Amino acid sequence: MSRLQTLFSSPKEKVIPFITAGYPHIDSTVDLALACAEAGADMIEIGIPFSDPLADGPVIQSSSQKALENGITVEKILQQVRKIRNSTDVPLVLMGYINPIFRLDCELFIDYCREVGVDGLIIPDLPFHEAGNFCELAKARDVSPILLVAPNTPGEQIKTISELSQELIYAVSILGITGNDLASKEALTEYLQRVRNYSITPFIVGFGIKSRDDVTWFNQFSDGAVVGSAIIERINGSASPETEVKVFIKMLKGE
Amino acid sequence: MAKSGKSPSLPDDRGHFDRYGGQYVPETLIPALDELELEYASARQDERFHDELKNLMSQFSGRPTPLYYAERISSELGFSIWLKREDLNHTGAHKINNCLGQIIIAMRMRKPRIIAETGAGQHGVATATVAARFGLDCVIFMGEEDIHRQSLNVFRMKLLGAEVRSVSSGSKTLKDATNEAIRDWVTNVENTYYLIGSTVGPHPYPMLVRDFQSVIGLETKQQFSHQSDQKLPNHLVACVGGGSNAMGLFTPFLDEPVSLIGVEAAGLGIESGQHAASLTKGDFGILHGAATTLLQDDDGQVILPHSISAGLDYPAVGPEHSFLKDTGRAVYHTATDVEAVDAFRWLSEKEGILPALESAHALAYLRSGKKDIKAGEHVVVCLSGRGDKDVETVEANMESV
Repeated sequence: MSRLQTLFSSPKEKVIPFITAGYPHIDSTVDLALACAEAGADMIEIGIPFSDPLADGPVIQSSSQKALENGITVEKILQQVRKIRNSTDVPLVLMGYINPIFRLDCELFIDYCREVGVDGLIIPDLPFHEAGNFCELAKARDVSPILLVAPNTPGEQIKTISELSQELIYAVSILGITGNDLASKEALTEYLQRVRNYSITPFIVGFGIKSRDDVTWFNQFSDGAVVGSAIIERINGSASPETEVKVFIKMLKGE
Repeated sequence: MAKSGKSPSLPDDRGHFDRYGGQYVPETLIPALDELELEYASARQDERFHDELKNLMSQFSGRPTPLYYAERISSELGFSIWLKREDLNHTGAHKINNCLGQIIIAMRMRKPRIIAETGAGQHGVATATVAARFGLDCVIFMGEEDIHRQSLNVFRMKLLGAEVRSVSSGSKTLKDATNEAIRDWVTNVENTYYLIGSTVGPHPYPMLVRDFQSVIGLETKQQFSHQSDQKLPNHLVACVGGGSNAMGLFTPFLDEPVSLIGVEAAGLGIESGQHAASLTKGDFGILHGAATTLLQDDDGQVILPHSISAGLDYPAVGPEHSFLKDTGRAVYHTATDVEAVDAFRWLSEKEGILPALESAHALAYLRSGKKDIKAGEHVVVCLSGRGDKDVETVEANMESV
């Protein structure tokens, strides 16, 4: 079984932190990811910074911009992932926009991902209709394409998307961007139950998830909660980001 | 509109012009793009839609715009120069053609809120104008830098009842104003219509904007055959930023034996790196929802463009232009800031017409690239906008010369 399959075959509550690669310092990625793993993160999502992150709110936008100013590149991120993978078995997924991946070459990028131990890829600006080729390339190399669905994605389309993904999909919690406020519990429940009914794969939920309460609530209706902007906010201006992140993740896990 | 001309066979049903175009946006926007495409398809079949648009174009915007034979510059350069006077449209540029078409679509879709991006403010003003005309809420996203540079247009938009939202992320210019408009759309997709200003963005926008701007080429075709001694001109010349005035002029001539010439902004010079010549110097990439040609670094990060003309100051270009360049159907040249300012003064002095700095790039090509144009041939230039908005910029640059 792949790392993702092993993780998602367990019914336990899952906390999935997101960090921006190369932030706050170009070399922070490895230490922060290992801090996440040590604090009990069930999976770690690492963001590849892009100059034009149109699915991100102000918090992740500014961390991406700083990371680019720090000189982070796709290649450096993959080298950092290799280091993280040498020290932990926690599933690692990359979140990045499609242009830098195209620029490197999709096939080359996926080969590289496989080699360094990336388990999955989340690409917010590669919707189902454009993802076919990319998904085939990724699946052929045992890197899981994690396509996204949104509250306005029709049920049948959720099914089709999960079939193409094969292992895991990512349900965007809201109509909106990362860090936005959540919708009402009623609307969310209806939506998450629809995803549960139609998806043939497990699914994680992200966008706007900030607290221990959120994590508990979303885990009832899904297979894991991603926390992004709230973590970056803890890192911002912190003298010791690793400690900060560890404490926060333990809190999110209810420890 | 395609109704009165042959409908181009591209893009395909997911918006691809070969490897360009498409819909590289978050899944959240796919239902909205599908809805827009359906509404547009139904509008095209609807006589009332065409009547309403035609009426607004003539009564509100003042179409048809003249095709003007520019006698003095023609005799100077030795070939016949015809100016398609889009500068005489209401609000002073071709931008209104697209806005009128899209606002009727927005009304049909019952979207009460309009958003748009703007660089210099021309598209923002045109959008605010049509939103006022139809009584819809309007929010214009504009980079903080551009707000400082174009305070007069900001005031015009406010007078028209629009809210101008300052964008302070990233480069604080058009590229980031567009990102911010897309983010707003993702968030408010249920009640909001995104009125994009050029032949860029995810499908169906490049097709939609092209079709609404095609009135430029359709009128030109008819006017030219009536006013000249030939059926067709030999060359068409238009400036290219996102590329909507050029697509509007070119589209009705795609199957005719007419050469199509786009002119990009070379800024401080192509070799300086400070330019906005995406087709000339860019590479395949994806920005704002479309695969196209993009100014980017080796790591796929978008490079900030430079042009004296804010309307051309965009790091990408409409996907169909990338396609036309690949197939060789259109060719693309460049003109520098200095050449554009010179052409601005040249047309002002010789013909009594102040061209927009954008359009001045197309005029500059006539002077620098005339080796491609033989004596006695006929050239139509799209005078996409008027130059009143640029007089301060031109003055500042004349002082420094």
